[in-house]
Amino acid sequence: MLHRYPKRVPIIMLALTVLLVFYPLWGPVLIGDGSDFFLEKLTLMLILGLFAMSLDLLVGVVGLVSLGHALFFGLAGYTLALASPSYSAASLWWMMPLVMLVSALAALVIGALVLRTRGIFFIMTTLAFGQMLYYLVSDASFTGGSDGVFIMFKPTLAIGELTLIDLESPLQFFYFVMGMTLLTYLFLHWLIRSYFGQVLDGIHDNEHRMQALGYATYGYKLAAFVISGVLAGVAGMLAAMQYGFANPAQLGWHLSGEVLMMVILGGMGTLFGPLLGAFAYELLHYAFEHLTLYWQLLMGLTIILIVLVLPKGLAGLILDPPRLRLPRVGVGGLLRPRPAASTKARLGLAGHHKHEEG
Amino acid sequence: MDPVFIAIQLLNGLQYGLLLFLIASGLTLIFGIMGIINLAHGAMYMIGAYLAYDLTLRTGSFWLALLLAVPIAVVLGLVIERLFLGTLYRRDHLYQVLLTFGLILVLNEAQRIIWGSDVQSVPVPASLSGNIALTGNLQYPVYRLFVAAICLLVAGGIYWIIRHTRLGIVIRAGAVNRDMVEGLGIDVRTLFTLIFSVGVGLAAFAGMLSAPMTSLYPGMGDNILITCFVIVVIGGIGSIKGAFLGSLLIGQAATFGPVLLPALASVIIYLIMAAVLIIKPRGLFA
Repeated sequence: MLHRYPKRVPIIMLALTVLLVFYPLWGPVLIGDGSDFFLEKLTLMLILGLFAMSLDLLVGVVGLVSLGHALFFGLAGYTLALASPSYSAASLWWMMPLVMLVSALAALVIGALVLRTRGIFFIMTTLAFGQMLYYLVSDASFTGGSDGVFIMFKPTLAIGELTLIDLESPLQFFYFVMGMTLLTYLFLHWLIRSYFGQVLDGIHDNEHRMQALGYATYGYKLAAFVISGVLAGVAGMLAAMQYGFANPAQLGWHLSGEVLMMVILGGMGTLFGPLLGAFAYELLHYAFEHLTLYWQLLMGLTIILIVLVLPKGLAGLILDPPRLRLPRVGVGGLLRPRPAASTKARLGLAGHHKHEEG
Repeated sequence: MDPVFIAIQLLNGLQYGLLLFLIASGLTLIFGIMGIINLAHGAMYMIGAYLAYDLTLRTGSFWLALLLAVPIAVVLGLVIERLFLGTLYRRDHLYQVLLTFGLILVLNEAQRIIWGSDVQSVPVPASLSGNIALTGNLQYPVYRLFVAAICLLVAGGIYWIIRHTRLGIVIRAGAVNRDMVEGLGIDVRTLFTLIFSVGVGLAAFAGMLSAPMTSLYPGMGDNILITCFVIVVIGGIGSIKGAFLGSLLIGQAATFGPVLLPALASVIIYLIMAAVLIIKPRGLFA
């Protein structure tokens, strides 16, 4: 996982980034009236990309399959909504640290509990804790119940009177989100290659061996869980700013499942994969929604298909492109069956015989 | 508190817990023996409830509907196992989670396409409607007692099969060491198909039984799935005994919670799970 990627990876990513940066130039030409709407969708995809990368640190790097990652995403949205003053905008200077602190504390408490388990227990307990907060928030009155809370004003980013970035402007918010996503990518890229990241990779490969080598693996995993939770919180805060509200769906387990799907669709453990996965998943989502009222049917079938045929995701396609092999010309190549094929044929025949007998 | 009220709550909790056991037992067996985490288990509960609704409308009899719906659900489980799960046994849980998550979306949407998004209900069969006087001033719905009895019967049946039959020996052995069972010449693949079909069949059966007691709505399986996960975590994965006692515990907690601790009603079962995780991370009976 820590190998250097072939050159085409940074080239593809850079090309896509440039494409995104210049969206205001080509968007209106290509899409026309819908370009403002699509700008918001792109912003959301970037946010989900950040979210998916935060989960990739757990799933792809440490090998911890969390099915409750939306907990931190939604919790951050509620933190923003409830901590914002009702009739004026909050300052991002203190809102952002607050959101990160709340996410970190939640991840610390929940992580300390769920990391006592492993494997399937870990999946079930992360799911259960996510749902616990979901029901808590859906039932409580101060969180607005199932309607959620509105965020009337987006936070400001200013020094004194000088506004650095006007987050109310969709275009500036788009670039702000892009910057945050890029920053997260660079941070995680560095983290995975650091000493800490290598220990996490070692835990992924063989936790017992790491313990035998004297690493306190629980502490490393907890640290990764907290970092991942904080980044998910940042994504959740941005999403709540984008939506203009925080509601229970933002921390429900369907979102946890979807973000896990983004990670796999993109290719886990590659960091750039989950980012692509978020875009691909959302584009599929919009395409299916346009196609039919029952888009979840298509989405579900797509998910099943991807699990069955593309387990390494889009990143797998980029890193190891499927080679379209043409049949070798010449009599020898045509007549002599390849050993693998003949073995398969024999096995198939043997199986057939057995079937007929039984 | 009024003792009659407490008695009724106790009975409600018992009946709910027994119903949960039908679902949780399949979930824990499918994991314990097949190593598969089946998120679509709750969706099968929902499909069961809607099958009971649909077939009761068509045939005019709840009993006939039950008789028809159980084989349909088992066959559906068989088809799912044969079509999708075959490739998943040797792969990471992650892919099982995603594939069965995809199945949930498909089953939920299929439910909406076939039966619509409206909330539906199934009338209690006439022969079991009404209340029965348990003591002088304690009345209890007959249908709920009937459900509790059926669930107990099924639980006893599962216990008997696992303890006293050849199939049970294989199941217990499979839960301990799958590869060894396979090495001894037992057709594990057929065993898996059987367990999965019966497991999801039980979940669907629980849905059918609860149809006359609850309202039917899209996604009704999600809540029950997560409750059953909590039960399996508390009881210990693969442990039928754990699933049974965990179900009874959660059944009581879910009925008494809202009365005793209204503020924490919705989270009480998760708090119990957290407590178990602190004391015994592998579950109480693993």
